[in-house]
Amino acid sequence: MAEPLPPKERVKIPRQAMPEQDADARARNFDEVNLGLEVVAAQCEAQRCLTCADPKCVKGCPVGVKVRDFVELVLAGDFLGAASKIREDNVLPAVTGRVCPQENQCEGACIMGKRFDSLAIGNLERFVADYERESGQVALPQRAPLTGKKVAIVGSGPAGLSCAGDLCLRGHDVTVFEALHEIGGVLLYGIPEFRLPKDIVRQEIDNMRAMGIEFQTNVVVGKTVTIDELMQEEGFDAVFVATGAGLPRFLDIPGEHLGGVYSANEFLTRVNLMKAYDSSHYDSPIYQCRDRHVAVIGGGNTAMDSVRSAMRLGAAKASIIYRRSMEEMPARQEEVHHAQDEGVQFLDLHNPVEFIGDEQGILKSVRLVKMALGEPDESGRRRPVAIEGSEFEMPLDVAIVAVGTGANPLVQSTTPDMKTNRWGYIQADEESLRTSKVGVFAGGDIVSGAATVILAMGAGRTAASSIDDYLQTGVWETDPAAAES
Amino acid sequence: MFPIVEARFLAPDVKLFRIQAPRIARKRRAGQFVIIRIDQHGERIPLTIADSDRDGNITIIVQGVGKTTRWLNTLESGDSIRDVVGPLGEPSEVESFGTVVVIGGGVGTAIAYPTAVAMKQAGNRVISIIGARDRERLILQDAMQQTSDELHVMTDDGSAGTQGFVTDALDQMIQSGVVVDRVLAIGPVPMMRAVSAVTKPRQIPTIVSLNPIMVDGTGMCGGCRVLVGGRARFACVDGPEFDAHEVDFDVLMKRNNLYRDQEAEALREFNKHPSESVTRSCQLQHHHPEVGPRSGDDSRSDVPVTSPENS
Repeated sequence: MAEPLPPKERVKIPRQAMPEQDADARARNFDEVNLGLEVVAAQCEAQRCLTCADPKCVKGCPVGVKVRDFVELVLAGDFLGAASKIREDNVLPAVTGRVCPQENQCEGACIMGKRFDSLAIGNLERFVADYERESGQVALPQRAPLTGKKVAIVGSGPAGLSCAGDLCLRGHDVTVFEALHEIGGVLLYGIPEFRLPKDIVRQEIDNMRAMGIEFQTNVVVGKTVTIDELMQEEGFDAVFVATGAGLPRFLDIPGEHLGGVYSANEFLTRVNLMKAYDSSHYDSPIYQCRDRHVAVIGGGNTAMDSVRSAMRLGAAKASIIYRRSMEEMPARQEEVHHAQDEGVQFLDLHNPVEFIGDEQGILKSVRLVKMALGEPDESGRRRPVAIEGSEFEMPLDVAIVAVGTGANPLVQSTTPDMKTNRWGYIQADEESLRTSKVGVFAGGDIVSGAATVILAMGAGRTAASSIDDYLQTGVWETDPAAAES
Repeated sequence: MFPIVEARFLAPDVKLFRIQAPRIARKRRAGQFVIIRIDQHGERIPLTIADSDRDGNITIIVQGVGKTTRWLNTLESGDSIRDVVGPLGEPSEVESFGTVVVIGGGVGTAIAYPTAVAMKQAGNRVISIIGARDRERLILQDAMQQTSDELHVMTDDGSAGTQGFVTDALDQMIQSGVVVDRVLAIGPVPMMRAVSAVTKPRQIPTIVSLNPIMVDGTGMCGGCRVLVGGRARFACVDGPEFDAHEVDFDVLMKRNNLYRDQEAEALREFNKHPSESVTRSCQLQHHHPEVGPRSGDDSRSDVPVTSPENS
């Protein structure tokens, strides 16, 4: 294929732009926004890689994808080989290629980024995964000889899936339990179709099924079956708890119980998992957004997903209400830009103090207060302070509260010998992800609090290696320091 | 898939189903519920578990109110339900309280029944009051008779038992000097509110089972939040049973009406072509996106909406 160029020439190649659906059109449909690189653009992008001897990008990736190696295979035109290379470390390349915050990880570490634009690693990963899927030639990795050991994974989100993938490869018998009716966790209920098409998630799950992983839906571990029952009655040798952080936080202001006030979790679940946007084929209702004003409270990725979904449900006006300034917004820049291009209005430095309803108990307006930034707080960001006398009322039909989540208590409440911290998150050793209960490991958002897909996948991989170690040696060493506390 | 092994009408629009769900049957306790989804296009709706047996079946009793519950009530023995998940929620608090009055309004009787049984087994004197609009709509009268030390039957029109509301019977009982240690009331929201109004001034501990709008049932969505004692609680993980004297029934009723328009529209469409949904459910394995009426149902499907006080 393409002749490798000398580094001086490579840096002159501009970063290949991701083709997107036109903003006006996409703001009203649920089809994917990013269209994916063409073959020529992908190889051109791969040509930009400096093939560093000590690739920083690999260290920047929470699951350690061999970026340089797979990019070289792209340049050589061996796209299927590149896909296999990624799969050695990442069971969900089509997913992570789409939803990772690459700018803070692999691309953030890329040497090119110091003087030029960093290599578009995320876009290349997505290209490779899509190429492989469309070719119908997904090469499933080779499993190690079967060990006869059984592992139960609680939760089928990114942490659970990556752990399942790694353990399966190491020859263990893996069963994943999911409380909802479909496998995928936050990838299905939380991330919208226009950012992550659900068929892509389903195909990745099918690949994992083909590898030999068993999936059981409609099982709420902690209710349908407890961890103790899994280990004592169903013969599981180890359990990995990856239930995520699924308890929505509210603002604790008057009027939050009004009709039309949603948690982001409920709104996104209705839209993504239950397909409420397709009301001619699906039965789950959603409160009318068409021609209404919908506002999302919060500035994270979940807030962007919610506000852009509202736009697509036909909102006349869709707004973000965020108490700090645009600079502090935690959402990925790409998501903020996409939202802006689609016509979302940003009310930064504003905070709601009350939701006001009509006689039927339906939201009709929100009382907002303007904010200013004061001294830095413990997060290092300047603390938002309400400006006295700046309150005003704004008409509003639907409000979506996207200010984070807490720890879901279902597993913990029926596993009393598994310690939790004072916020209800499971205590797990940072290195090994062992909990206080022998044979039980925990990772992802239920340990760390809400984070990203790729960090959860990293935790899943760590857990897998730690579980494998435990299954092979049978040794459950407790950290003396942890035992004392 | 969860096969239906028995399906029969107990009253007009009220149907009993026994469904094969061994894990749930083994685990469930009085007061808990399941969430079902009839097929891949259906919504998730919560339904209380009325009973279970040693063969791994659970019993649910469904009143056809909105689209999903009416569609469910067209299913027969031999059909299957795509998803059944549970048991969800906290079980009823069952102890030896002394004299417990169990009140069931309409299909609420089916929800009250397992707790009445558990209360009796725990050594309580169980007095049951069941109410309905008329004789035809009374359910589980025999079962309640068997598990109760005393049974009072109330109907709006007097076609069975005594004419009047369940609250009339309760009020009279208390006035006649019966010492009531605890009341469990399950039925339409206005009925539960009326019962609470009778017991609150007398400080009789009263528990109600709430059935608000719900999606996942595991605490994730927060849609089922109810105001109890001025605090937002999630009915799916903190409930479904709460102290009646602390519940804000007004907020509950308003939240339950949220999808009224969509529900009415969905039901209208369903009534035009009920057979299409039936066809759809009989071909669960196949993908029929083009078939099936438009959407939205009541999420409070096991509590009737008619006749506010009784049921």
